[in-house]
Amino acid sequence: MKSTSIKQVADRPLNNYVSLGQSARHSFTMAYRGLLKIRRTPEQLFDVTLQPILFTLMFTYIFGGAISGNVQNYLPVIIPGILVQTVITTSIVTGVQLREDMDKGVFDRFKSLPIARIAPLAGALLADTIRYTIATVLTFVMGYIMGYRPDGGLGHVIIAGLLVIVCSWTISWIFAFFGVIARTASSVQGISMIVLFPLTFLSNAFVPVKTMPGWLQWFVNINPISHLVTAVRNLANNGTFGWDLAVSLIGAAAIVAVFAPITVRAYMRRT
Amino acid sequence: MKHVQSRVTAQDYGDWAVEARGLVKTFGDNRAVDGVNLDVRAGTIYGVLGPNGAGKTTTIRMLATLLRPDAGSAKIFGHDVMKEPQIVRQLIGVTGQYASVDESLSATENLVIFSRLLGLGRTEARHKAAELLEEFSLTEAAKRPLKKFSGGMRRRLDLAASLIAQPPLIFLDEPTTGLDPRTRNQMWDTIRRLVKTGSTVLLTTQYLQEADELADRIAVIDRGRVVAEGTADELKASVGSSSLQLRTHNPQDIEIARQIVEKVLKVQSAVSPEGGKITAPMADVDRVTDLLIALRETGIRLAELSVQKPTLDEVFLTITGHGVKENTAKASDETNEVREARV
Repeated sequence: MKSTSIKQVADRPLNNYVSLGQSARHSFTMAYRGLLKIRRTPEQLFDVTLQPILFTLMFTYIFGGAISGNVQNYLPVIIPGILVQTVITTSIVTGVQLREDMDKGVFDRFKSLPIARIAPLAGALLADTIRYTIATVLTFVMGYIMGYRPDGGLGHVIIAGLLVIVCSWTISWIFAFFGVIARTASSVQGISMIVLFPLTFLSNAFVPVKTMPGWLQWFVNINPISHLVTAVRNLANNGTFGWDLAVSLIGAAAIVAVFAPITVRAYMRRT
Repeated sequence: MKHVQSRVTAQDYGDWAVEARGLVKTFGDNRAVDGVNLDVRAGTIYGVLGPNGAGKTTTIRMLATLLRPDAGSAKIFGHDVMKEPQIVRQLIGVTGQYASVDESLSATENLVIFSRLLGLGRTEARHKAAELLEEFSLTEAAKRPLKKFSGGMRRRLDLAASLIAQPPLIFLDEPTTGLDPRTRNQMWDTIRRLVKTGSTVLLTTQYLQEADELADRIAVIDRGRVVAEGTADELKASVGSSSLQLRTHNPQDIEIARQIVEKVLKVQSAVSPEGGKITAPMADVDRVTDLLIALRETGIRLAELSVQKPTLDEVFLTITGHGVKENTAKASDETNEVREARV
């Protein structure tokens, strides 16, 4: 019983608080668990591989002629739009999977371990950035194949991609919150879609704002998704950092500041 | 040898691994746990015995910081479960009723992740996982996905995961429920070895025999309350080391027969709910001869007589005055089967 001999209470340094460094370490270990799970069940990645390909093709060829005269001129408009829409939609799955995962016995063990309470959630969300990365890369690749040549250059396209991934990660906290409070995985999907559909479609992602009625323009212009889409367009098409980038990042920080604590609290209260 | 010494000193100082006072947990209208007191001395095995739904799991979940008590308090090695949960978590290992391991990962991956979470380095974690897998005879299955594991293997892995941090207190919630008799005996051996190394074990069980085999002290819990507490011997003395079951040929004779039983055996007897059957605890099986003679002298004809080891049913009947609810009748049947298999 070498490995199972115990360490007596007196020999243990005991601390009732988890340091920030430890919290980060625990979260990364949980993220590693998430990646292992993805490796074990690669079919989880179907949505993030098929959706960018399908949506980019569909939207570009359906709307291209009507909105920009031809497909070629529409690409700089639609690719950033579809990128934001696809990647953020992907983050719903994070909430759904978290719900399914939490019903398993292993979460009981996580709760009984002396680890940061945020780690099981933060880890799961962190692991899912791999999904957002796949969706981002595929959307840009599809765009390239269809003839999209962003003027900002590769460097700025990469920054734009990172921006979308970071923002999707922060938005996934909202869906994680639904995931924690909802009773079933399918209801998470339901609530999340209702929130996300208006947000992504009532934005400048697919059509120019000036074609919309005035009252709608008002909403579209304050919609954070619009700012994110504009920031991506500026980066990829012109290589410029603008006010929209700042708004996107501030919004992202605000979402995490609000949703991370309430999600962890809801998670703690769940038995 | 060092371990044995540490165990003795722990007992000398009278260290309490668990002190629970008036724990209450209500789910809706159901008072699942209704004022439970428990004192577990460090270095011992403590058994919490009771039927399904008695509040065993809820009690353990509160002690393990997984559930917040509605009232009462609990301390683990002197640390309050509500005020210092993070310290308590550093002192305990929890093995749940349903294996709390990751189904989609392999045994090694599970143990490595738990080790990493507990602060072990990358290589340390690998070593620890390999060591524990060998300890619990799981090395061959180390890389297989858990979905293909048998119930016994899952439980062993679960227990292994609880031991990574070498916790001084281990909670085992029904560690052998659903296991076949052979695997059950292996589990018992493992639990005994654990305590030899100085650990304190708090286990719940539906089987009197299991509590009897393993526990130094036993608390009998029913409807969220501790209804009896003591060593296995004390508990059995209250029930009798064996139990007499007697059915008279003529149902009218049952009251007289009962009086004779109580007079000869000097115990309280009970008439089983189905009726027509007298159950009484027996400290000394030899007395059955006296009883039979007394019954013959009164001219009561017997339909059936048997002497059995007490089942959980009888413990309950004796202690609470009411039988175990239906679902546990099955559980005690299982216990009998195990006993037969072990003979």
